[in-house]
Amino acid sequence: MIHFEKRLNPSRITTVVTPIIAVILTMIAGGIMFAALGKPPLEAIRIIFWDPLFDPNFASYSRPQLLVKAGPLILIAIGLSIGFKAGIWNIGAEGQYIMGAVFGAAVALAAYPADSVLLFPAMVVSGACGGWLWAMIPAILRTKFNTNEILVSLMLVYVAESILASVAQGLLKNPEGYGFPGSRNLQQYPSAFNAEVIANSGMHWGVISAFIAVICAYVMMTRHIRGFEVRLMGEAPKAARFSGTSTTRLVVFCLGISGALAGLAGMFEVSGPSGQITIDFNSGYGFTAIIVAFLGRLHPIGILLAGLLMALTYIGGELAQLMLGLPGASIQLFQGMLLLFLLATDIFTNYRIRIGGAK
Amino acid sequence: MDFLGINPVLLIASLMVSATPILLAAIGETVVEKSGVLNLGVEGMMIVGAVVGFITAVNTENPAIGFVTAAIAGALLSTIFATLVLHLKSNQVATGLGLTLVGLGISALLGKPYEGIKSPTLQSLDIPILADIPIFGRMLFSHDAMVYVSILIVGLVWYTLKYTRAGLVLRAVGENHDAAHALGYKVIRIRFLAIMFGGACSGLGGAYISLVRVPQWTEGMTAGAGWIALAIVVFASWKPWRTLIGAYLFGGITVLQLNLQAAGVAIPVEYLSMSPFLITIAVLVIISARGNQGAPASLGRPFHASN
Amino acid sequence: MKLKSILTSAIAAVALGTAAIAADIKVGFVYVGPVGDGGWTYEHDQGRKAVVEAFGDRVETIYQENVPEGADSERVMTQMALQGADLIFTTSFGYMDPTINVAKKFPNVKFEHATGYKRADNVSTYSARFYEGRAVQGHIAGKMTKTNKIGYIGSFPIPEVIRGINSAYIHAKKVNPDVEFNIVWAYTWFDPAKEADAANALIEQGCDVVLQHTDSTAPQAAAEKAGNVITFGQASDMAEFGPLPRVSSIIDDWGPYYVARTQAVLDGTWTSMDTWDGIGPGMVKIGEISSAVPADIKAEAEALRDALGSGEYHAFTGPLNKQDGTPWLAAGETADDGTLAGMNFYVEGLTGTIPQ
Repeated sequence: MIHFEKRLNPSRITTVVTPIIAVILTMIAGGIMFAALGKPPLEAIRIIFWDPLFDPNFASYSRPQLLVKAGPLILIAIGLSIGFKAGIWNIGAEGQYIMGAVFGAAVALAAYPADSVLLFPAMVVSGACGGWLWAMIPAILRTKFNTNEILVSLMLVYVAESILASVAQGLLKNPEGYGFPGSRNLQQYPSAFNAEVIANSGMHWGVISAFIAVICAYVMMTRHIRGFEVRLMGEAPKAARFSGTSTTRLVVFCLGISGALAGLAGMFEVSGPSGQITIDFNSGYGFTAIIVAFLGRLHPIGILLAGLLMALTYIGGELAQLMLGLPGASIQLFQGMLLLFLLATDIFTNYRIRIGGAK
Repeated sequence: MDFLGINPVLLIASLMVSATPILLAAIGETVVEKSGVLNLGVEGMMIVGAVVGFITAVNTENPAIGFVTAAIAGALLSTIFATLVLHLKSNQVATGLGLTLVGLGISALLGKPYEGIKSPTLQSLDIPILADIPIFGRMLFSHDAMVYVSILIVGLVWYTLKYTRAGLVLRAVGENHDAAHALGYKVIRIRFLAIMFGGACSGLGGAYISLVRVPQWTEGMTAGAGWIALAIVVFASWKPWRTLIGAYLFGGITVLQLNLQAAGVAIPVEYLSMSPFLITIAVLVIISARGNQGAPASLGRPFHASN
Repeated sequence: MKLKSILTSAIAAVALGTAAIAADIKVGFVYVGPVGDGGWTYEHDQGRKAVVEAFGDRVETIYQENVPEGADSERVMTQMALQGADLIFTTSFGYMDPTINVAKKFPNVKFEHATGYKRADNVSTYSARFYEGRAVQGHIAGKMTKTNKIGYIGSFPIPEVIRGINSAYIHAKKVNPDVEFNIVWAYTWFDPAKEADAANALIEQGCDVVLQHTDSTAPQAAAEKAGNVITFGQASDMAEFGPLPRVSSIIDDWGPYYVARTQAVLDGTWTSMDTWDGIGPGMVKIGEISSAVPADIKAEAEALRDALGSGEYHAFTGPLNKQDGTPWLAAGETADDGTLAGMNFYVEGLTGTIPQ
């Protein structure tokens, strides 16, 4: 009889060891899958996990790219994790990301071609506002009418996608684009371009913001009264109300912060790596960030590592597709397995195994 | 008979077909959530059902067998979720998302050899006598069998939850798993079965897309239907018949906006295309403003027996 | 046992890997969808296979599917170039600026961008004149319709799609002055369920011909179910729905172009150019016109196809007015490529407005 007993405090050793076990299990299961597809398993796994970091041919390019890919994931996931801790489920970050990009780009495109050092800060504010406003819709509906925020935020993703398609072909369309959809490219507009702060490092302002967000979230959750309220709300809602924490304020705070960070991520992406508003500008960062938040166990440092790991599987997965001709779906499956193994081994962190004699 | 150039009889007939996949998935998820578990992997289970149903239907040339295997495949996939969530106590939201990734990946790999093939499809039943009733015959009684099966499942779920002991136990587990456990109910086993039922229904819904709506397999063909099904469950406040209303309403608005366009009604298209989502939000606000949403009290909370 | 077989296959693969380096050049393909989408990406991958077929071991092809537009595509292209690709085809409009960016960093790698308008010394552009195929479709549709109502499922209101609508309408109207077009915008390239609903909506409006500019076969299935409705394959042949409802199709045939450009790189004769080919050079093919189309209509359609192919007839030949009645082309005048490329207006006779 195998039996689990809850630990009073999560084990420190297993917190570190279990993710490693999970990655090894994924390598084994993934290797079997790659072999079943007729591809060399060891080589595939080496390409996914090793080459992006250390291959002499790719690494100098892919290491910075890791940051570019992980930046928005971490930024969004940090915001989401605060809400998730409090039991406030914003799963519409994708929509907030889109609205942040649209708002941020709109400021730049309205100012075009004005040259000003104030433009970029204005875009940052506007982008954050866009995401924040979009998240305020579920926040207000939840606080005023007790409407489920999971559903509203999810529905608003589809609405945001329609708005994106519409502005890419109308309001924000490049007037010199020969009638094609899509905005001007902000990479060619120096005042609005979110360039790398240090050349070839991958460090654009979005990545820097992600690191700042990690630090701020860490400080807030461990040292600040607001972090305590958030945790209390998630773990013991009744006690939280009893101790005078305002649910309304917390809902608005959590949704607001996750919306603003998602909006920022969208704005940094559109003004930097992506460059323009297009019909399909969004590529699922908002949803992947939910996974990152949980992979990181809703802990800021964990999210930082999870975001980097996720980015590694994306970039390594691309390399594996290129070098071995693996189908894209196998990489998706590989990521899914990694996630499930991480979740499955999580139990050893919070529970102790007892074999025999259930009490 | 026509309204804004749209024939309501045909509109209702086509919305019933259009809503069937999300209805099937949503009623399954309703049972899962009633037992206190939130499975966000509906999309993954649907698409695995779609591909497995398609493969067997093509090989056996029998769509009915396709539906049966699709249900089995959906249920099997859901056992991964059930094991992780119930036995290994993993986070339900993240596990569901992981299941979706896995489902999308597996389905694409399995379906590769079956791209560009047409499957045998279900014939309309044209129920004798009833189908000949003017107006209603065409509107309600000339669909394929799965449309009625889906309604039947809704009815069965409603009856079971409301009038049977099994339903009572399921609801008790969803409302307060500790109390249910104290009363001697097997919380884990009941939830496991509920999750498998949800998987089977999602599989059926997916197969309806690949065998009836499109009759072909293409990668990613469920195109987000699973997420809509999740929304319908909340929309319906976890009540079976309201799930039917929700699915038909959602399907109806989608079909209606396309019909309005086809009829040339001058409403800006981009607003029409977001209307199903906006109207869903609006209805949801109205429902929730009236008070209790009826969410199972233990929804999403992990259960540990020795607590 | 399992571990052993894994190890064996790993060793075998390493051996194979060293053997495969013998190719003269490496050609990369960046796809926006999955290769199994049965439409746009599928046909590009058929083109890649044509390259493999034509050159065998001399050319190694690599590809990446489901690449989102924007930053991800830029990374994928860079990785391809780093991996030693000599020629890279980027097959979606949204890859335009990323292609230009990457091309700047790798001046020795040749790039080919589909459907865009930005070129450089090492970036060519290419696209197909699908509207020529639409003209043939319009002709068949105008002749075959009994209700005089033709349905059209649009994806997004972009020039490419609007050009197709105009071309089909002009040629349907020419053979059937009573014809009307009902246009539904699905706001998606690929969503089978929604496309089926769109087709049904059109059929319920009395349309007995449904044209589509979305990628799935769902509208074909909807038409088959409804009966007495004809459709046309889009991007790929969709022959499995013939002879009814699918009576013909427009096929994107990228193979000859990809082979020619690969050859040019092998020969060292590659130069940057802009290719916009239609039926003539074989980039656009009209799929077999099925037995459901009467022989005389089939003959006319084939004659139209051949006239478009030989260049003696242009699909946009005046007199043509814009929707609001302002003159566009005088009698005998043909449209210039610039106007066509950025087409954002309906021709006279079409109803409704283009969504913005």
